[in-house]
Amino acid sequence: MALNRDFVGRTYPPSAPYEVSRVKIREFAAAIGDSNPVYRDKEAAQAAGYPDVIAPPTFPIVFSLQSGGEALVDPDLGLNLAMVVHGEQRFEYVRPIYAGDQLVTSATITDIRTAGRNELLTVRSDIATAEGEPVCVTYNTIVERGGAG
Amino acid sequence: MGATVKYDEVEVGQEIPAVDYNVRRLNLVMYAGASGDFNQIHWNERFARMVGLPDVIAHGMYTMAQAGRFVTDWAGDPGAVVDFGVRFSSMVVVPDDDQGATISVSGVVEEKLEDKRVVIGLTARSGDAKVLSKARAVVQLA
Repeated sequence: MALNRDFVGRTYPPSAPYEVSRVKIREFAAAIGDSNPVYRDKEAAQAAGYPDVIAPPTFPIVFSLQSGGEALVDPDLGLNLAMVVHGEQRFEYVRPIYAGDQLVTSATITDIRTAGRNELLTVRSDIATAEGEPVCVTYNTIVERGGAG
Repeated sequence: MGATVKYDEVEVGQEIPAVDYNVRRLNLVMYAGASGDFNQIHWNERFARMVGLPDVIAHGMYTMAQAGRFVTDWAGDPGAVVDFGVRFSSMVVVPDDDQGATISVSGVVEEKLEDKRVVIGLTARSGDAKVLSKARAVVQLA
């Protein structure tokens, strides 16, 4: 079923702050098999000039869909989640994410399009500290296989 | 803070040698837990086949994370990455055996930008398939 184009341009309320913890960064680094000490060791991170351990570049995927996630399960959108795979992903970084950050995400559906038999939907997530300091912008494009039938 | 690679010592066309990253079912289970993405296509073979996939496939973000690791290990500082984007062009099929699958990542310096930034073009392959396309990272060099 084609996705409802009326959703393009919709923005979603900012998420509650996501608290970045050292433990979560360590767990994520272990899961991707990355032993870089700046993800695991506060002293190593501080020696590299950071206030605390930093997160790997793809870490924002952990929380960046907290805003806007409800859109994907909204029956009016017409998305069959069982057929969804990840199409594209991009991160624009203002600065690394540090342990201790309180991050708020605001989502916008920027695009819905058809590619062959698939439907593609892009969500832009603006990530900032609770004080409003911009940290990162992410673009997540999901593909509904066969959605354009 | 800062990359260990010097901008002045990098040439357009310079290749960054390939690194192989292994992925087994255990890695996908760990990644599901760490990322919060519990989509069954990444751990349940029965479900994966039911929705028309050949077998369990890796999270696209797991593959992207390996490409990210390739870039940050080269640059010497994860904080030096200022932009990172990929398209997931093919699936990484991960069989339920002791070998799993291999993701082979290589790179090339595609462009030198202002402010000591460079564009790294990335290639990621698994078996015969190119699993990432339009994969590029912008890195702040020293």
